[in-house]
Parts: sequence; C-alpha cells; structure tokens
Amino acid sequence: MLKTRIIPCLDVNNGRVVKGVNFVNLVDAGDPVEQAKVYDAQGADELTFLDITASFDNRDTIYDVVNKAAEQCFMPVTVGGGVRTTEDIRKLLLAGADKVSINTAAIHNPEFVREAAQKFGAQCIVVAIDAKSTLADKFEIFTHGGRKETGIDAVEWAKRMADYGAGEILLTSMDRDGTKQGFNIPLTRAVSDAINIPVIASGGVGSLDHLYEGIANGHASAVLAASIFHFGSFTIAEAKQYLLSRGANVRDPNAQETEG
Amino acid sequence: MMEISVVDYGSGNLRSVAKAIERSMAEADILGQVRVTADRGHIQNSDRIVLPGVGAFADCQAGIRAIPGLWQVLDDAVKIQGKPLLGICVGMQLLSEVGHEFGDTPGFGWVKGEVRMISPSDKRLKIPHMGWNNLIFCDQPHPLLDGIKEGAHAYFVHSFAFQCTNPAGQLVSVDYGGPITAAVGQGNVVGTQFHPEKSQAVGLRFLTNFLKWKP
Repeated sequence: MLKTRIIPCLDVNNGRVVKGVNFVNLVDAGDPVEQAKVYDAQGADELTFLDITASFDNRDTIYDVVNKAAEQCFMPVTVGGGVRTTEDIRKLLLAGADKVSINTAAIHNPEFVREAAQKFGAQCIVVAIDAKSTLADKFEIFTHGGRKETGIDAVEWAKRMADYGAGEILLTSMDRDGTKQGFNIPLTRAVSDAINIPVIASGGVGSLDHLYEGIANGHASAVLAASIFHFGSFTIAEAKQYLLSRGANVRDPNAQETEG
Repeated sequence: MMEISVVDYGSGNLRSVAKAIERSMAEADILGQVRVTADRGHIQNSDRIVLPGVGAFADCQAGIRAIPGLWQVLDDAVKIQGKPLLGICVGMQLLSEVGHEFGDTPGFGWVKGEVRMISPSDKRLKIPHMGWNNLIFCDQPHPLLDGIKEGAHAYFVHSFAFQCTNPAGQLVSVDYGGPITAAVGQGNVVGTQFHPEKSQAVGLRFLTNFLKWKP
C-alpha cells in the first residue's frame, strides 16, 4: 500500500541553512548537507530544499548544495525557489535534484509549466501554490509571501496546472504559514479532492497532530514541515511513530527492511 | 576491478544512480568503477550495465536511438555478450516489447510484455503512483532480492507500468488499486519500476545484489 509521505524542508540562503540548530553529533548546523543526512537517517520519505537566496550573485550556491546532498542522501530531493527557466531546471536536475518546484514563474507564465513537463517529464515538475481563505469555501492565490493578491482561484489553478502536466502540487496555506496553528484544512481538502495528482500540504505545522489533520482531514498525499523538525522539537521518526499510533498510513521508521 | 556503465542518453538523474552504485560498492567491499557514458567502447568493455530513464517511453526510446549505434551495442551486450543489465523506471519499461505512451513504441523486447497507463480500481487513487510502497515478491526467489524482506518499501514515481505476458518474468509487484509490476527479470536482464537509488537501505541492498549477481 502506498504510504503518506513525511517531507522535511530546509530553507537555504546563500548555501547555508537558515537558523541551523545543533542536533546531536552535528558538526556544522548551518551545513544543509549535514542536516539532510540527519533527516535521511531518521527515515524521511523525501527532502525539500527551499532556496531563499535573494542575491543574484549567490544564486549558484544551491547547485553545490544539491550536488553534495545527492552524493550522500539516497532519497528523493526536491528543490524550490527561484526556478524561472528550463535552464534553471536542467541545472538542478543535473546537480542531482529529482524534482523542482515552480512557484511565481507559473503564475507569470503558465505555459512554462507545460513546457517544463514536456521537456523533463511530469514526474519532476512540482507546482507550488500559496493560497489563503478569502470567503467561506473560497481560496485565492497570493504572491510575495502572502501580501499580494492575484485574484486567481486556488482550486481552479490547481486543476489547470494538473492539466498542463504538473506531476504534483505543493500547497502552502499562506494564512497559516509561520503561525504553528496547523494547515488550512478546508483549502487542503478542496485542492486534494479536486485533482488527480498528489498534493503536498505545507504551512502552519506546529504539532504532530497538525500533520495527522493534513492527512486525515486534508486528504493530502504528503505533508511538509520545516520548523518542527528543524528546531529539534520532533524527529522524523517521532512524527511517524505518532502518526502510526493514530492509524495513519506511513512508513514505519523502526522497521528493519533488510537483513544479512 | 568491476566496470559499470550507467548509460547516458540524456534521461534521468544519472548522477544519483552513479553515486548510489558507488555507495553500494563501498558497503559490499567491491572494487570497481562507475562510468556515466554513451560511449560504445566503454559499454562493450564494461562488466555490468545500468539503463536509467525518466519521462515518457517514446522520448527515452528516441533518446537511445538518437545516439548512433547505442541501441545495437546494448542489444548485443545483453543477447550476445550476456552482460547483466539493470533497467530503472522507464529504463525498466524499455526492456519490454512495446510501450503504449504517446502511440506505440517498440522497446528492446528482452522481457516479454508491454507498458500501459496504470488504472487503479479505486478512482480516488492519484496518478502518478508516487511515493513508498510495499514490495510483494512473486513465487520464485530471485538473487536480486537477497536480504530484502517481503513488504519492504521502495520509492516509485510513474504513471505507466509493465504488464508481463510471461508470468515468470515478473519478480515483484506492489498494490495500488490492483497489482502493479515493480520488478521484472529474464536471463541476464532485470528491471525495477522503483528507484533503487532513491530507496535508502532497501535500494542500496538491491544495487549490491545486482553487482554480485551471476546470472
């Protein structure tokens, strides 16, 4: 049976993890590759790097991060942030990314998603959608960290992106991001139920119960969180253990699946 | 020293595949060299061949065809030289006789069967089939599964699947609204729909088994 994925996200700025916290035995908390190895060892199902580097001069630092992570982590790696051209995608995939996440560029030019899916395959194209509740049962896409409204309906947009060949949607509840109050469940469920490609729920996770809510009530195929894992509140294994105890269908972190 | 060629025809995360094989070699104390290559000489002289592939069946087939002589070199390596070959994802699908993605496209035909869109009986199940699923072993034990427990998880991402017409060719399946082929094998050829290079300990064990395999 297919398992619901638990995906830790690392925010990377100029090639360094933002606000790195010292896990036990971690030599350099700011090193994204060291952090990635910790998540790999804890049984993360995938890993996402979100590149928040603003300076154009340092944009290439992410390739080096992906390059080194791919040498040491044998799980799927997604990279988002600043993906604007097919050349950006090609370079990330060559560096070792398995998927790239397209956000603003899809809003400015939806055809870019179609072009990218045709060129590289739907399996590696994730479209990121940042949305908020505006009216009851109405969800709108916002850009610029949730400050700028677009007038685009999130559910309709998700359907369109699926039609254009996106392999997956990364849905961030912008009205919850950073609040630790949990996902926007009506939004997550509305998008998950409307499309036939997987939806990763993101934004607002402050407790393990929030992860469970995203899966059980939001109908997400995967849940992504940054701070609860990154700041050491919970390990991936603890999160999975909790979700298993609630009856969620996740990969058991304690199962020994090889022998001899 | 073992020479392994990872076939480079412009498709797939070749670096990840190469790095995972290198890690498997290190863990199993195998001395060897992994080369990401489209060079006919390298492939002809290598001990083992890995054929990756992502995207659409037709594109991957065209990618191999676009490199002069590559198709024939691979066919000879398998059929005449008897080299062990591992296909991964679409590389595994290419082992089939025909793929039905964007029209009908012939594959190598080393393993009997064809490739069709998956259609789970439960329509709520999403496509692509993406994520970790339990491996269900078919009847005959295969050396590539040594040390991997039944029910172990591997990472999948695909919308099309291999349908074996010779049941003996199917080694592993997964359940996704019905059985989906997860690994095939015939003679010196094996293929996985899942990505061993992305399947953590289970995947690395599978790759080690491939390196040690004497078909």
